[in-house]
Amino acid sequence: MEKQTSRKSLASKAVVVTVFAATLITAARMHGAASREQSASPQEVKIDNFSFSTPELTVAAGTEVTWVNRDDIPHTVFSEDGSFHSKALDTDDKYTFKFAKPGTYHYFCSIHPKMTGEIIVK
Amino acid sequence: MKRDEIIYDHDHNHDGVDRRGFLKCMTWAGTGALCVMRGGVLSSYALGEASKKKMAGDLSFVQISDSHMGFNKPANPDVRATLQVALDRIDALATKPEFLIHTGDITHLSRPEQFDTVGQMLTGKDVFYVPGEHDNIDDNGKGYLDRFGKNTQGAGWYSFDKKGVHFIGLVNVVNLKAGGLGTLGPEQLEWLEKDVKHLSHSTPIVVFAHIPLWTVYQDWGWGTEDSGQALSYLKKFGSVTVLNGHIHQIMQKVEGNITFHTACSTAFPQPQPGAASGPGPMKVPPEQLRGLLGITDVNYVRGKHALAVIDSTLA
Repeated sequence: MEKQTSRKSLASKAVVVTVFAATLITAARMHGAASREQSASPQEVKIDNFSFSTPELTVAAGTEVTWVNRDDIPHTVFSEDGSFHSKALDTDDKYTFKFAKPGTYHYFCSIHPKMTGEIIVK
Repeated sequence: MKRDEIIYDHDHNHDGVDRRGFLKCMTWAGTGALCVMRGGVLSSYALGEASKKKMAGDLSFVQISDSHMGFNKPANPDVRATLQVALDRIDALATKPEFLIHTGDITHLSRPEQFDTVGQMLTGKDVFYVPGEHDNIDDNGKGYLDRFGKNTQGAGWYSFDKKGVHFIGLVNVVNLKAGGLGTLGPEQLEWLEKDVKHLSHSTPIVVFAHIPLWTVYQDWGWGTEDSGQALSYLKKFGSVTVLNGHIHQIMQKVEGNITFHTACSTAFPQPQPGAASGPGPMKVPPEQLRGLLGITDVNYVRGKHALAVIDSTLA
């Protein structure tokens, strides 16, 4: 019984979320910049000269973000909460992580910790 | 072209520590530049002078740094060759060094073959190492510790005595925190406090670590979060010399009883603090490269409070 109720409740929530999302998409279409940031299409963050090219990136849940190291020096992508981390990326190496859950993910280069960035998943 | 560059001579804004008599100046290696601090303890000369002149003293040793074995980008496509030049220069010194200190970033990517190449090139030499952040990639420092960190504590710190001088090798490249600088950590600090506690105040101290133990440039992470704590344990000593690498250029500073010194890389130069948007490797014309790479020759004269530090270039 309890399970069913729970499902029912989830289903009604899903409808609300869908409507909300549709409203968001409409709103996003009206504001070009916002729609680019919140697209679910794969996103790329370049690493060059000891920095992340887009230190703050906003994406939709489910977006794959790929970091590509264009620097002469190896770097890593380490989330502060330990939810994801790459191995050392040498020049032109890439690392991809799919952000399934909404939230703000702070990350840094564990070799050069002054390099920081965040992914905001909506 | 030879030129001297004093970049700035008074700057203590980066670390929030009040300092008097603070002098930070910088000489470009390879230019024959001289940086003299009156009442201080450091002098640097060009290699030509250093290699020919017999230096008076009880102990001399050489510092090399940042060999980055495995690096092959345009800033220096052959780091093996430039390390070899440094070793040849060391062999040619009129004053034979008793040992070498390597202040880290032995390798570029902590790969076994990169460690082994440097180990083989330095075979037959007495070398004391500390790791750089590039020697601690993806393996928690195991590759480094297995080869160069035997009989050390924790992540690789240790001390030893040579001819009355107490040497301390510190590790400030592990457990780095987002947005932060180099870190020594409480366990190492505790060890350091005990290590120097029973030494007499007149014992000359040489501390070596990869990342500078003074804040050279905070924006680029060129400093160590808890170095102040470490240095507080060394305040009682009459002579303390701190040797670092990491920033691939020569910088010197005197603060009270402590002389700070960073060495050139044998692999590639990096820009002056703030002189570029980031600290990436400097690409210089090939004929200039060796003038920007170097070794550091340290000569200790017993009975004086000074360690003469001489930086030499590979040009």
